Amino acid sequence: MHVPDGFLDAPTSVATGVVAAVGVGVALRRARAELDDRTAPMAGLVAAFVFAGQMINFPVGAGTSGHLLGGALAAVLVGPWTGALCISVVLLVQALFMADGGLTALGTNITLMAVVGLVVGYAVFKLALMVLPRRIESVPAAAAVGALVSVPAAAAFFTLLFAIGGTADVATGKVLAAMVGWHVVIGLGEAVVTGLVVGAVVASRPDLVHGARGLRSARRPLVTQEAGA
Amino acid sequence: MTSQRKFLVTGLLVALLIAGVGSFYASSHPDGLEYVADRTGFLDSAEEDPVTTGSPFEDYGTSGVDNDRLSGGIAGVAGVALTLLIGGGLFWVLRRRGGSDDADIDGASADPSATTTATTTPRA
Repeated sequence: MHVPDGFLDAPTSVATGVVAAVGVGVALRRARAELDDRTAPMAGLVAAFVFAGQMINFPVGAGTSGHLLGGALAAVLVGPWTGALCISVVLLVQALFMADGGLTALGTNITLMAVVGLVVGYAVFKLALMVLPRRIESVPAAAAVGALVSVPAAAAFFTLLFAIGGTADVATGKVLAAMVGWHVVIGLGEAVVTGLVVGAVVASRPDLVHGARGLRSARRPLVTQEAGA
Repeated sequence: MTSQRKFLVTGLLVALLIAGVGSFYASSHPDGLEYVADRTGFLDSAEEDPVTTGSPFEDYGTSGVDNDRLSGGIAGVAGVALTLLIGGGLFWVLRRRGGSDDADIDGASADPSATTTATTTPRA
């Protein structure tokens, strides 16, 4: 979903640049509460992992592909503020070193993926946790649902930006239908990857999963099971 | 439970493998946005010759390396390393010192040898 230079006009790019700068600024202040000696290295790893994950484009049919955006994944693993910084760092590295996403579109891309995608993904994750049984086994499924919704949400927001400041004259409805339609399919991939990765971390180090705090495992300890068998 | 060090090293190895080796097998089809832009007719509005930083890893390849697998692999590993360096450095600077119990102190000083840390955690 990396927006190149030229899709959006200068005023829109400046506006999204301001949104991104404010968002990152607030995240820098609030992330301190999520980061300590234990979680800071985890957050660095999550950023590196999202960079790697974004390199894997998976086919979604009809000659198109999608890749992980990672907003919901990062927010669930290390908290929403730190997660927003993770995605912003990934987008910065991609724009500066990989020429992926335009330099003048960096604010737009941070707004789409580190702000809109992440906020929607994390909000849906929290809602899903309220509905699902209150135990740690629900976390990967809730993360997957958040991830699924986050992708079309970011796609819809791009369409809004395109309607406001798109440089090409294309009907908004046409763009919206195509963007949301394809990104629902890509969101399914996002959900699978997010669910599997969160599941793997919950299985090995549940204490490192920000979104699992305050939840307990439904399984009885192994020792008890053996004693009862 | 997996030790923190083992967990982090394993996670990093997985990330390096995905970026350095797995990325070669990724789909080369345009992503959702590019595809939609092409189909609905605004792909041409992208800047033809955008300003770049002149990085050797543009478009996830390594300039001067002809072998596709190697070129992409090096770029992927470099990207993971750069992300880890920038992200990890940022988070290490931002983190609260001395564990979660000191959350309320939240000192203004970024210096780890500042008085709060020195007095709350005396060295044995």
